[in-house]
Amino acid sequence: METPPEHCPGTESEQAGLADACAGCPNQEICASAPKGPDPDIPAITEALRDVQHKILVLSGKGGVGKSTFAAMLGWALSANENQEVAMLDLDFCGPSLARIMGTEGEQIHAAASGWTPVYADDNLAVMSIAYMLPNSDEAVIWRGQKKNGLIKQFLKNVDWGNPIDYMLVDTPPGTSDEHLSINQYMSPSGLDGAVIITTPQEVALLDVRKEIDFCRKAGIRVLGLIENMAGFVCPNCQGKSDIFIPTTGGGKQLAQELNVPFLGSVPLDPRIGQCSDRGENFFEAFPDSVVTTALNGVITQLNAQIRGIPTP
Amino acid sequence: MDQVKHIWLVLSGKGGVGKSSTTTQLALTLVEKGYKVGVLDIDLTGPSLPRMFGVEDKKVHQSSAGWVPVYTDSTQKLGLMSLGFLLSDRGNSVVWRGPKKTAMIRQFMNDVVWQDLDYLIIDTPPGTSDEHITIAEVLKDIKTDGAILVTTPQEVAAADVRKELNFCRKVNFKVLGVVENMSGYVCPHCSECTNIFSKGGGEALARQFDVPFLGKVPLDPRFIELIEKQNILEGYKTSDLAKVYEGIVDKILIE
Repeated sequence: METPPEHCPGTESEQAGLADACAGCPNQEICASAPKGPDPDIPAITEALRDVQHKILVLSGKGGVGKSTFAAMLGWALSANENQEVAMLDLDFCGPSLARIMGTEGEQIHAAASGWTPVYADDNLAVMSIAYMLPNSDEAVIWRGQKKNGLIKQFLKNVDWGNPIDYMLVDTPPGTSDEHLSINQYMSPSGLDGAVIITTPQEVALLDVRKEIDFCRKAGIRVLGLIENMAGFVCPNCQGKSDIFIPTTGGGKQLAQELNVPFLGSVPLDPRIGQCSDRGENFFEAFPDSVVTTALNGVITQLNAQIRGIPTP
Repeated sequence: MDQVKHIWLVLSGKGGVGKSSTTTQLALTLVEKGYKVGVLDIDLTGPSLPRMFGVEDKKVHQSSAGWVPVYTDSTQKLGLMSLGFLLSDRGNSVVWRGPKKTAMIRQFMNDVVWQDLDYLIIDTPPGTSDEHITIAEVLKDIKTDGAILVTTPQEVAAADVRKELNFCRKVNFKVLGVVENMSGYVCPHCSECTNIFSKGGGEALARQFDVPFLGKVPLDPRFIELIEKQNILEGYKTSDLAKVYEGIVDKILIE
């Protein structure tokens, strides 16, 4: 694939093919002669998402803080109510973890006349990920942003979710780049509730999360709240509590206050979460009485209040 | 780049496994051994290296020859380059699509005046996308020692790192070895070691792909504290992890 020039105005721009940056680009003529104006796929996406009531992004500037783990937990918690249909979309094409965490690794999606049929982790919990499309799970997806944008569109347009969806949860890769810009651009015409942002307590992570919140502000995405994950560790041997990722700058709570976004709660580090993720088990069912379950339930209650627009204390 | 003798890349398919921590420690260990080291951070949307080294307030200067890296002290044994040094406010987001990231990386590779370096270590963002394709293209004609892959022990992380290993094969990066990070945590109260993120995943991965296993690095709150207190440059030498990394670097150098 050809690399677009550095200051490519974008194919939907009035300047496409005409800007200074377009000089020498192999696609210049196509861009200059193609019809301008808004992306024609967006009305189709808006139509496809018409029956989706709530759309929530799970974001973090930092990798490995637990975006997919939290997305999975939220999916399980919401689908515990059998009257709610939940759909999950994994936009991390280079490192799709959701399939394994949801216990659906090795499954394949089916193409029907009505579109792709997602994989069901439960009767009312559908998952869509690139992991279901790879011939072998170790295959690297070596794609530039442009190509990823194409698949995001297809995920939004061509998946046959069956029933009307109550909640669509979108898991994202770390950063503030193509996937994040595109999902907002494609989804916001049909109404995006907002984003849940995950962090860990130490400043190295908070630094990147600040950037993500800055991105949400610039992009006009509502921040539903900040969750602090891996906050404190309880030794399974002596029950003594210690901080592995030390919140020297006040952790997630202080950052939420500083940036004036809702703080949804802290979730401690528990080795059993990782074990459940590796095995694709539902943590809530496996350990209903754990401290983590209590903390997560608290977080999800707060999040629900934010989604419904109820102010939290 | 002609002034650089050796280039190492630090890669991982997974985020938050400790690429930047590994980069930091490899650099400090090499400096301790007497080499002149440069570190380039191509994680443009989440640059952690200025924070890691405790030099967040420093700025990059422009000279007639190009960008002058940030040196950690007057001996200029350790030079750093990161987009973090170019931002006006540390909370500002860099919201760039692929082409712009590509241009920035090319500029980093062409316009930084490293002077004579023994080692250049390149820290990368997670994944196998624009940044990785670009750096592979740029390095195609430059002699590169190879890549060090970082993983945490659990399967969810190792699965992504397997993808990164396949990426290395496709672009002909030699794999110098696998580091298993966050491997076990010793409770400060009872000294019992808990495998928070499971165990053995990195070692199994190295065996499966027949690449060297460089070692296990435990979760050490004192290391995290050194970073949080912005004291790594002075405090690292005497920390427990310095010994672990000495072993890792020796293994890489022997190859």
